[in-house]
Amino acid sequence: MPITDNLKRLIKWYEAVLEHPHKTEIARELRAEDDLFLLMLYSEMLGIPNPAYYYTLELYPYMIEEFHDWHLRMGMEKSPLSGIRCC
Amino acid sequence: MNAIALAAIGLFIFALGYRFYSKFVAEKIFRLDPNYVTPAHKYKDGVDFVPTNKFVLWGHHFTSVAGAAPILGPAIAVYWGWLPAVLWVVLGTVFAAGVHDFGTLVLSVRNKGQSVGTLAHRLIGQRGKVLFLFIILILVLMVNAVFAWVIANLFISFPASVIPVFIQIPLAIWIGYAVYKRNTKMLVPSLIALAIMYGTAIFSSQYEFLQIDLVRYMGGEEGAGLFGLGAISTAFFIWIIVLMIYVYIASTLPVWKLLQPRDFINSHQLIVGLGILYLGLLFTNPEITAPMTNPGADISWFPLLFITIACGAISGFHGLVSSGTSSKQLDKETDARFVGYLGAVGEGILALISIIAVITLFPDRDAFLATYSSFAASSGSGLGSFILGATQLATGLMIPAAVASTIVSVIVVSFAATTLDTSVRLMRYIISELGVEYKIPSLEKKHVATTIAVVASAALVLIPEGPNGFGSGGYLLWPLFGTSNQLLAGISLLLISIWLRQLGRSYVITIVPMIFLMFMTLWAMFQQVFLQWAWYAAAPNMLLFVFGAIIFVFALWIIITAIQVLASKDNSKLLGNEKIE
Repeated sequence: MPITDNLKRLIKWYEAVLEHPHKTEIARELRAEDDLFLLMLYSEMLGIPNPAYYYTLELYPYMIEEFHDWHLRMGMEKSPLSGIRCC
Repeated sequence: MNAIALAAIGLFIFALGYRFYSKFVAEKIFRLDPNYVTPAHKYKDGVDFVPTNKFVLWGHHFTSVAGAAPILGPAIAVYWGWLPAVLWVVLGTVFAAGVHDFGTLVLSVRNKGQSVGTLAHRLIGQRGKVLFLFIILILVLMVNAVFAWVIANLFISFPASVIPVFIQIPLAIWIGYAVYKRNTKMLVPSLIALAIMYGTAIFSSQYEFLQIDLVRYMGGEEGAGLFGLGAISTAFFIWIIVLMIYVYIASTLPVWKLLQPRDFINSHQLIVGLGILYLGLLFTNPEITAPMTNPGADISWFPLLFITIACGAISGFHGLVSSGTSSKQLDKETDARFVGYLGAVGEGILALISIIAVITLFPDRDAFLATYSSFAASSGSGLGSFILGATQLATGLMIPAAVASTIVSVIVVSFAATTLDTSVRLMRYIISELGVEYKIPSLEKKHVATTIAVVASAALVLIPEGPNGFGSGGYLLWPLFGTSNQLLAGISLLLISIWLRQLGRSYVITIVPMIFLMFMTLWAMFQQVFLQWAWYAAAPNMLLFVFGAIIFVFALWIIITAIQVLASKDNSKLLGNEKIE
């Protein structure tokens, strides 16, 4: 069944080509939402008052890796906030 | 000469170019390293930086760069005979476009996946960045104007294509919704959308009431239109306004709602189009009836040919795709040869069949020369000739001529509409960026920037007057589009040359095409701007003169910069060449 297999592979490749930009776009939207979430959690560090800051700080250990990725993505080699020391 | 033989020779040279020349460039000049950690791995973020299989990346790269431009340019350039056009497409692809697309990809990979715009900034400083922004601004402005004209022209010449083209919009929105909100697989919905579009095309080509023919509604070509204009002028005016309203809405929507789902359908259309043309060629086995050269041409092919065919021979726009997205997704550095070089070859294949469709259309040489009577006439009717030529090839596959011409025009309009959408979007970003640069905050607003982009494009396409009156002269902008595209390619080739020189390697493979391109561009612009469009010339046109003069000055600027940078002894810190970690 080599012809059927080849055809299946061709369709799989074609589908992957079509899905490629779609996956990127989904990931981009998700990342934008994550960034917003990060801002909501730690807005206090940027000077925006946040009454829930005391509680959101509890999430610090879970968010630190994401924060590290964020500042690298923004072109900053080291953490720009003295409150968060990820690297 | 037999057209299949010509296609076979062209394809054979492309194959040789890929097999030997790109291998030589990859191994001896760029020295690609399979162990090099590409930005896709180094900065992997799951969004922009994603290691991708080379076959998938090539597919994405090719569908991003191929569009209506490699069809239109060659369809006009056959005016000088088929030989110069074929030679430029084949040799240009092998020695210029392939190296350019491949080189920008490698350069970007070795510079953290940065785009050529950012690299130009590092090379020529702040002035370079603004220069680059202005060149892209002019390029996208030309694209908007030319493609709006292309679509309006096709809607008037092939009114059966209007409904299938417009039906693509709700279908695309439906796909966008199904895929992004419902997480459905996209292959099936996009194939259904394609089937509905072509089903509509079959009906609209058979029934006159489904053909939105504005000229017929106004009583034919001699009929009176609005504001004292003729029927054709009014039809151009209406279509361009409709298109600009569409593009305003489309370019301000999120990409997933309309632009990307349209691209899914257009990927199918690209395959359908290439399939119809190449299979049709095999089944019809046509003879070339157009002359090999046209000694009676009213304007010399040298140097105008080299800017008439930009996409399909070499195009600066590819460098933006190579360095903007593909470089961030390259799994291994050695994949760059496959993705970059073969991406350019793919576009060359499209340009080659576009030439063949036109040169086999006419029954004999005289019929060809009657349609391609002057450069202006061929610019105006080139695309129509391509569609008729493609129709003739499609009849070899037992597709009725009326249906085939509607489907081919739907394909071309769909490509042009997506390009228009992307290009207005890009123009909006550039206007916003210039707003940041010159501290004009209002320009940063989405609707202000889009309004400026749309109004400027509409004005530019409506002003030039062609033989059919107001609004029909959009093709006059084609050489300017070609020139700005070549300028961009020139900048990219310059950057690659500087990088190679810095590494102590031979940069002949990039500097020669760069000098060739810049020389042809300057010469062609000089002829057009100062001998044809200037106020003292035979056919003065201030609008084209101003735009041409700006591009001319930019081209000179790039050449001076190139000489300065290449003459300086130390430029070791300008461009990076990241080592293996």
